[in-house]
Amino acid sequence: MLTEYTGVLVILAISLVLIAVLLGIHLRVGPRREFPSKQDPFECGERPVTSPRRRIAVKFYVVAILFVVFDVEAIYFYPWGTVFRELGWFGYASILVFTLPLVVGLFYEWMKGGLDW
Amino acid sequence: MVVAVFVKTAFILFVVIGVLAPIITWVERKQSALMQNRIGANRASVAGMTFIGLLHPAADVIKLLVKEDVVPAGANRVLHLLAPVMAAVPAIIAFAVIPFGGSYHFGETTIELVVANLDWGLLYIFAIGSLAAYGPILAGWASNSGWSFLGSLRASAQMLSYEVTLGFSVVGVFMVFQTLRLTDMAIAQDTTFRAFAFVEGLFGLTLPASLGWISALRLPNWGIFLQPLAFVLFLTAIMAENKRPPFDTPEGESEIVAGYHTEYSGMRFGLFYMSEFIGVVVIAGLITTIFFGGWSVPYLSQEMIIAGVGHFFGVGFATGFCMLVHFVSFMLKLAAMIWLQMALRWTLPRFRYDQVMNLCWKILLPLSLANILVTGAVILALEGAA
Amino acid sequence: MGEPKNARAAEALSGDTRGDLHTEHQLLNVGPSHPATHGTVKFMIELDGETIVDLEVQVGYLHRGFEKECESGSWYHVIPYTDRLNYNSAILANQGYCLAVEKLLDLETPERCQWLSVLAGELSRVGDHLTRCGAACLELAAMTPFRYGIEARELIWDLQEILCGARVTSNYLRIGGVKHGLPDEFPAACRELLPKVRALLVDFEKVVTRNRIFVDRLKGTGILSKQDCLRYAVTGPMLRAAGVPLDLRKQEPYLVYDEIDFDVPVGSVGDNYDRYLVCLEEVRQSLRIVEQCLEQLERLGPGPVDVKDPRVRWPAKGRVFSDTEERIQQFKLVTEGPRVPAGEAYLAIESANGELGFYLVSDGSAQPVKVRCRPPSFINLAPMPEMLRGAMLVDLIPTFDFINMVGGECDR
Repeated sequence: MLTEYTGVLVILAISLVLIAVLLGIHLRVGPRREFPSKQDPFECGERPVTSPRRRIAVKFYVVAILFVVFDVEAIYFYPWGTVFRELGWFGYASILVFTLPLVVGLFYEWMKGGLDW
Repeated sequence: MVVAVFVKTAFILFVVIGVLAPIITWVERKQSALMQNRIGANRASVAGMTFIGLLHPAADVIKLLVKEDVVPAGANRVLHLLAPVMAAVPAIIAFAVIPFGGSYHFGETTIELVVANLDWGLLYIFAIGSLAAYGPILAGWASNSGWSFLGSLRASAQMLSYEVTLGFSVVGVFMVFQTLRLTDMAIAQDTTFRAFAFVEGLFGLTLPASLGWISALRLPNWGIFLQPLAFVLFLTAIMAENKRPPFDTPEGESEIVAGYHTEYSGMRFGLFYMSEFIGVVVIAGLITTIFFGGWSVPYLSQEMIIAGVGHFFGVGFATGFCMLVHFVSFMLKLAAMIWLQMALRWTLPRFRYDQVMNLCWKILLPLSLANILVTGAVILALEGAA
Repeated sequence: MGEPKNARAAEALSGDTRGDLHTEHQLLNVGPSHPATHGTVKFMIELDGETIVDLEVQVGYLHRGFEKECESGSWYHVIPYTDRLNYNSAILANQGYCLAVEKLLDLETPERCQWLSVLAGELSRVGDHLTRCGAACLELAAMTPFRYGIEARELIWDLQEILCGARVTSNYLRIGGVKHGLPDEFPAACRELLPKVRALLVDFEKVVTRNRIFVDRLKGTGILSKQDCLRYAVTGPMLRAAGVPLDLRKQEPYLVYDEIDFDVPVGSVGDNYDRYLVCLEEVRQSLRIVEQCLEQLERLGPGPVDVKDPRVRWPAKGRVFSDTEERIQQFKLVTEGPRVPAGEAYLAIESANGELGFYLVSDGSAQPVKVRCRPPSFINLAPMPEMLRGAMLVDLIPTFDFINMVGGECDR
């Protein structure tokens, strides 16, 4: 059973080694001529005015919340999708009932303007 | 066992990273040149020979390797280094579940042309895809630059949003094939179906005999024919996941400089770049497997090939031949899908950020939900009729 | 643009975001070296997430003292400087300056010169508009139409090269004429290349004009209403896109524009899409004008291309070496330059960006006292904060592209 996952482990190991080699060569071979103004964050040739690490617009947070809601619900569709032929119309009706609040929630959000930028 | 897996993985990674990814950068240059009436990549040369620009990928790598590694002041050095790794690893390990061919029996031994034949293969892809979102997010945050940060905000919002749509868009597909295992999905597409059978099944109509071949028309049992809408939704969503144009708002170079990788140079940037190109291959592989019958050859199932060739040359040779044919078939479809992505990339302008989000939440998501419900109803109705 | 449809929802939402959660605005420098600010300009923007709360345009990074420099040479010396104002349409700047000096001199150039001047000017107008539309596509990440536009511009520049001898800073016009007449190979080349330009234009339009993404990005962005345009003294395609059919070539015809048949396209809304359509239509109209000029020039045949007025007449090169009078004339013009009667004059032409005017003051000597240039880019850039407040960050890109600010012209 778990042997299926050997492939994943092997590919993970190979990719990590590959990346380590690439980065390692780069860090060794690449020159290092650091001076303060080179290390300034890019701000189109000016001194940065505000630090980027500050309280950001709440809209991005709204997206995150939406994502959690919908992604968790999406997970329920997967097992249902694979076996729904056995469940028949009863299963179909249940997923319909399950989807309804989801859709209502989406439209509520939509009408409220939460999806507008 | 582990050795076999290792060989297989090494081979696939060699094909993908060693051969395909560089060639794709070359194809991207050449295809864009063709589309734009240019000559295209032809500058890198060894001893005066340019090999139609094929040296450019090598020149790219060398250039990225010997560039200075600049980390901006005030950056979080650990996360700054970790971010490209977090971007590149998921792109590479996504290959684990994409079948490059079916399973072939040579007497006792069975060869499966897939690294890990997981029964939740598609889910694995999505899980890995979610991990890929960390790369841009960490990169933007760690860089301590306004542009990077904007880019990473955009990347996170866009990738999260499209993940939802991505998840919903393929539900219809595995309702049809009843599996999440990608190899099984490809096997299920190795047959044909009568294109207009649904007319009889759903509406109880009989097609008039005058239609002749049209009513008898058989199509390969491919996802694109069974779930055309899902194909469009999936293609859109997964291209947005990969942040390639026209969905490259997180790195829109004319707007936010280079987005989340503004502060990256050398191989650190190279890893982001590489992860995107490998992403193109992964997407092509996924679309091929889910919607274009994977490695199967249309109208020629595996049994037919083995039986037909085996009749003359013996089963062992026939199986090997079949394996080769399937691998070539997969590669050809892969190339076509890569070409499709490139053509889209060089034709379409970039979306505006709010348009990307609107497309996801207001168009793709409702459509994918509708697709699930309609698919379910049609399948149940057809089963009831049968 | 991101405005919730329901007013109450908008209020509630903004109350939430600004009142309780204390999210902060971000100040960002867009420019001077930002990929979008071709021509070095700086925008100081205040961002709330992706929305521009406020924007401040800071110009002057390309200030070279054009106007002051002009006061230190002869009247001739200014012409090459005007080439450097707008690299896309150098000839139009030549035209504006030369016409203004001719106005001071009270000169009328021969008909042949005027047609040549119009021909060269319209070619560079085509080049300018193609660059503007092409570059806008590039910045919207549609690289392929950009290449089509630029290829068409290259063909136009090929024509300019045949006509003027140089592709970009061609320095073709002279006070009282043009540098030289129509080259023999020009008509044939023109007949060969113009259809190619038209074909490329068709290709260009096929890719973007009805492309949903492109239209969505341009429609409704950077709107400047008719009233605001007039308030800010905006001219050129921007003004015409807002629905004001002001084109100096029609309103105050200079050169031979009153004899030429062409239309002035106008838009309705004044958004970026209208500007795009107006520019493309102007390209087609300019190509029409070029064809008419060619016809007229062939009718007129070869002949002298400058005035006989002794104050500015350039002697033919061949005779300078054999004729003493001509040599003296040449020596005087080169070492001292023409003397322009005391007085002042303002003359504006319709350049690709709008009204390009030159205000000249002379004290009767061979050196200008003042050369003041009214650069359309500078004036068209002023309403930018108005156009972008409340818009998305990325709307800055097409808006700035269609203002088509050229650093050399704006900052002088």
